[in-house]
Parts: sequence; structure tokens; C-alpha cells
Amino acid sequence: MSKHPQKAADFIANEARTDWHDQSLWVVREKRDKLAKGVAEWEELRELASQIKDHTLSHLDSYLEEFEKNALTNGAKVHWAKDAEAHNQIVLDILQRHQVRSLVKSKSMLTEECSLNPFLEKQGIEVIDTDLGERIIQMKNEPPSHIVMPAIHLKKEEIGELFHEKLQTEKGATDPKYLTEAARQHLRSHFLQADAALSGVNFAIAETGGVTICTNEGNADMGIHLAPLQIHCMGLEKVIPRQKDLGVFTRLLARSATGQPITIYTSHHLKPKPGGEMHIVIVDNGRSEQLGREDFRNSLKCIRCGACMNTCPIYRRSGGHSYDYTVPGPIGSILTPGKDLKKYSDLPFASSLCGSCSDVCPVKIDIHQQLYKWRQIIAEEGYLPKSKTKGMHMAAKILSNPTSYQRATKWMRRILRFLPRPLLYLNTNVWGKQRELPEVPTKTFKDWYKENRDES
Amino acid sequence: MNVGLFIPCYVDQFYPQVGIASLELLRKLGCKVHYPAGQSCCGQPLANSGFEKKAIPVYEHFVETFAPYDYIVAPSGSCTYHVRKHYDILPKTREVEHVREKSLDMAEFLVDVMKLDKIESHFPHKVGLHQSCHGLRGLRLASGSERVQNSFSKIRAVLDLVDEIEFVELDRKDECCGFGGTFAVNEEAISVKMGKDRIQDHKSKGAEVIVAGDMSCLMHLEGIMRRKKENIPVRHFVEILNGTQL
Repeated sequence: MSKHPQKAADFIANEARTDWHDQSLWVVREKRDKLAKGVAEWEELRELASQIKDHTLSHLDSYLEEFEKNALTNGAKVHWAKDAEAHNQIVLDILQRHQVRSLVKSKSMLTEECSLNPFLEKQGIEVIDTDLGERIIQMKNEPPSHIVMPAIHLKKEEIGELFHEKLQTEKGATDPKYLTEAARQHLRSHFLQADAALSGVNFAIAETGGVTICTNEGNADMGIHLAPLQIHCMGLEKVIPRQKDLGVFTRLLARSATGQPITIYTSHHLKPKPGGEMHIVIVDNGRSEQLGREDFRNSLKCIRCGACMNTCPIYRRSGGHSYDYTVPGPIGSILTPGKDLKKYSDLPFASSLCGSCSDVCPVKIDIHQQLYKWRQIIAEEGYLPKSKTKGMHMAAKILSNPTSYQRATKWMRRILRFLPRPLLYLNTNVWGKQRELPEVPTKTFKDWYKENRDES
Repeated sequence: MNVGLFIPCYVDQFYPQVGIASLELLRKLGCKVHYPAGQSCCGQPLANSGFEKKAIPVYEHFVETFAPYDYIVAPSGSCTYHVRKHYDILPKTREVEHVREKSLDMAEFLVDVMKLDKIESHFPHKVGLHQSCHGLRGLRLASGSERVQNSFSKIRAVLDLVDEIEFVELDRKDECCGFGGTFAVNEEAISVKMGKDRIQDHKSKGAEVIVAGDMSCLMHLEGIMRRKKENIPVRHFVEILNGTQL
């Protein structure tokens, strides 16, 4: 069994927990529905957002240069990173130049993607994630399981246990208010001590050279306002043309992500504070390559709202860790094959192709169509088991020829009807592990038609 | 109007009553219907597994079989969607374009072409309507819960013409059942869990029968229920329109 199916089966083995996980995320999906339905022009807004992103992606080079020019004029410093390694090195160089010993971080799936934390820690720099969910999984030494709610896989009892161990909260405490307060107090000291703050970027505006960060906890602002040195790391697809385009996305983002009309904080950073420094690191890490793939280009429209995860019936029942990548769920399953086709060849198949992801996506990425297209490439490149490939070759021959179709189905029907049950339900019959095979009627429709209704 | 009836391979093999109901219903409504005997399959199982290029001879056979008809009608949203959407890899000949454009699911054909507004049928039961995904989000047979638009359902619209039929309100009105073709065996654990969850929704709302536009979803749900010996009967909506009783 390949990786995702096995991990999903392990997850589902605890059915009560699976139901809890599924329902927690379904509630978020329902909140999103309610908020989306409050905007009469929702579908036009999605279309507009999609077109803005398509336009931007087709002029990405010039918008990035415009952004850089304006950011430099504002007094920020701009760096370009080809890949994760270059990104990490750039951040390290900046931090070392300022003799930074303690860094507070917020809101950055990109730095997860680049594995920045372990890299900096090896260099003796303390890195503290300050989003509550991120901090929890950092303490647990686990990867995020969701891009917006990174600790959604953990129950409050487990967080209580963790905080008891790490933050000396009362044993057995599960009250979210109490636990959050403990985390606030713990983080406060880190904010005050930090020499630098690093954040992700939701939108980079070419026209102004500024970056916009959408958060709910205020931690990004606290970090950035307190520390003299601020660093913003962004994937190169985060740029949008004009300030006035921003409103289209902020209306869609929080509604899609968490079912809020807007995030509590929408912070716009334009220039360094007096006496401070502001750095922007623009990261490629495979994005240009994806831009070059016609069928998959528009996956770069993603604004990382996570709505496709919340709606995905597979994600909800297998958990984010079953995808083995920073960005899990449907969007992750179309991004990962471009990074390592062999390693992630199981992910485009971790879908029933129900299409809910594409309909919920605020920027109209045709996610399920791309899953289908990746499947074609994976099969062509030979990353599917030989047995499957052979079976499919045979099926193609049978199904394109009426005589062989008749002959093959006749045999199949005989086997299904007359084979003793123990032989029919061997371990190799995966369908039959938890399901009955359909009952075989004595006549097919074709037989019936021949006898009764053939008027030709 | 010459209608070519497409009966998907697994319906032909396992659910002949659905083919019979489709044929009888269309004839009752005055259509000239023919079932071309050389048909086999639309090729979707191959294509969804990543072998669409291998499926080209299957596609070509389908086009050749059905090109002579004004409409190609099938009791399956999923197979119809496959022909309409994924036969785009064939050269765009007149035959190919004709077959793609004129392939309709039964619900579409009844609502959009036949403008069905009455039917002789009586079904005094509480129905749980399962919206199969490819019909729903591929053919747009109904408004999906994700989209902001006026609510509609073509299957529901034709079933509403049936006397004494009632519908249960589900908690999740259009979540996938987990069949997904080869997904059902590739991701067996999730597939079955999704099916169990759908069944539970219908069961807890008191559905006496689960009705859908795709027997593939129902084959999966029925398979799970029969194993657990907790049978809620399953029916294709054309069976109900054609007067089948429980």
C-alpha cells in the first residue's frame, strides 16, 4: 500500500477521533458557507479575484520588478532567493549581521516549506513561533497539519497536557481561555526579548512596494513593532498589481478561511521604522517551474485560505499529516507533484475527484481537474505499479471491442455468481474488505434488450 | 428525434432494471429510443487511473457507436460528464463534437429537452436524495452548497412530479459518498468511511430509500449496508419516475 492510503487507514483506525476531526473542519466549512452567502456578488468576486491573479501571473516578471523598485524607494531592502537553501542563507546573513540571538516569527508557511527553523537553530539562533497554533506544534516538535489552523489535529486535552509539561499550567486544565492566557504570558517575554521579527506575507502590492499581513492574534504586529529588525518572506506569487485590488482578496480570504468577514488585523507595512531595518525576501523555490507548466500554472493563484482542506472529505478523514507536506489537502496534492513527482505520486490519487475543492476555492483554481491531469503524467512516467499498468492495458483492449467486452463480462459474471464466498472474498479483493460485491442478476440489460425490445 | 440510449457497463452488468426503466420511461414520453448493441464503456475507469491515452480506442468506439443519434442519453451523470469533459483529447471532428455536445444525463434530458412537467407515478416514501458529484459539480445538475446562487436541482425537480413522494433534509446535502471509481480500492479505508458517514446521515433522518442519479455511488453505499446487514434500499431516480415500487 502506498503512503497516503496507509496513513489514512492508520488515522481512521481511531474512528471516534476521525469523526471529531471531520466535524471540527466541517464546522469551519459551514461558517464559510454562511459568510459567503452574505455576499450577494460572491461568485463575481471569485471571478474577479481569479482574473486579477491570472493577469498578474502572466505579467509576473514586470510586477515583481515594479514591487522591488517601489519597496527600495520606500527604504526596504529586497532579496531574491532561488530556492529554500538560498532563502535560509539570506535570512541567516541578515540575522548574523545584526547579531540576532532571538527571533520571533509569525504567519509563515513559506518558512515551514523552507525548513527555516531547524536551519537557524543549528546556527544557535532561538526561533519562537508566535501564532498560537504554530507555537503549539513547535513545542510538540510536529509539522503543521493545516495551513491556517496548524494544530487542528490536536484536542484541547492534549494541548492542556503539553502546556502543563512546557509552561507549568495546572495539570488536567482544558479551558481554552486559561490555556491561551498561559500562552500569551509565555510569548510576551519572548516578544520583549526578541532582536528581530520575521513574518510571512499575504499580499505584496506592486504599485506601493508594501506588504500586507492578515492575522487574528496580533502577534505579527507585536513582533514587528517591538523589534528593530523586521523581515518579510514571501513566495513570488504573492504580488498583486494595485492597492485597490487588495480589497477583492481581503473580502474573500477570511470568509473562505475561517468564516470571518475579515481577519482581526490587516496590517500594511510600507517602510522601516525610524532607526530600524525592513527586509523583504522573495522566494522562488520551484514556483517559476510551476508557472511554466501550462496545465498547472494557475495553482499559483492560491491565497492560502485552506478552504479546500476544510471542504475535502478525504482531508477531513485523513488529517494533514497524511499528506507529508507543509501544504496538505487538495491544493497540496497539485503543488507537490511538481516538486517531486515520484515522492508525491500517491497524492493526486488521494481524491474521489468530487470537485468540491474547485467550487469552494475563492480564486477558482480548477483543483480537481489538475489532480486528474497529474494522474495522467504519473501514469505516463511509470510511477504506478506494473500490475495496474498491465491491467489497464487489458481493460482498454476489452472495452474498445464489443466481442471481447461480451466475452469478458460473461466470465466475470460467472465468477461472481458461482465462486464460493471464501474464494470471492480473499484478501486480494480490496472492495470486499468492508463491502459486499453487487449481486449479479441472471440477465444483463443487453440480454434483456435483445429478447424484449430490439426494434432495429 | 432519435435517442441513443447509453447504458454504462456496470449498469448493464449489475443493474439491468435501471436500463429497463430508462428505456421504458423515454418511450412512454414518446421518444424514439434505440440501444446500440455494440456499446461498452465510456472509458472513465482508465482515464481516472491516469491512462486516458490508453482509453482513446475506447473513446473512439463510443463516438463511432453513438454518432448517428440526435441525443445520447444515459442514466449516469458521471459517465455523461466524462464524455462531455474528457473526450477533449480526441481530434475535434464533427462526430466527436456532436457526441460530446449531445450526451445528456437523464435528468438533463427530461428537464432541458423534454420539459417534463407531469408524470404518472406514485411513490409514498421518504426519500434521501444523494447528489452524485460528477452530475452535481460537473454537469451542474443542481446548485452545489459551495456556490452562492439560487438553489435548484434537476433530479429533485423531476422527482417532485411524483405523487406523495417526500424528501428528508440531510445534514450534508451534497457530500461525496466516497466511491470515486478506482478510488474505492486505492483508498479503501477513506472510501468506506465516507460511505458509512453518508449512510448514517440518511439513516438518522429517517430515509426509507436512498435515491441517486448514479448507480456507482449506490453500488458502493449498498455494498457497505449489505455487509452490515442494515439495508436501506437504493434506487435510481428513473426507476421511481417509471413507477417502480419499493
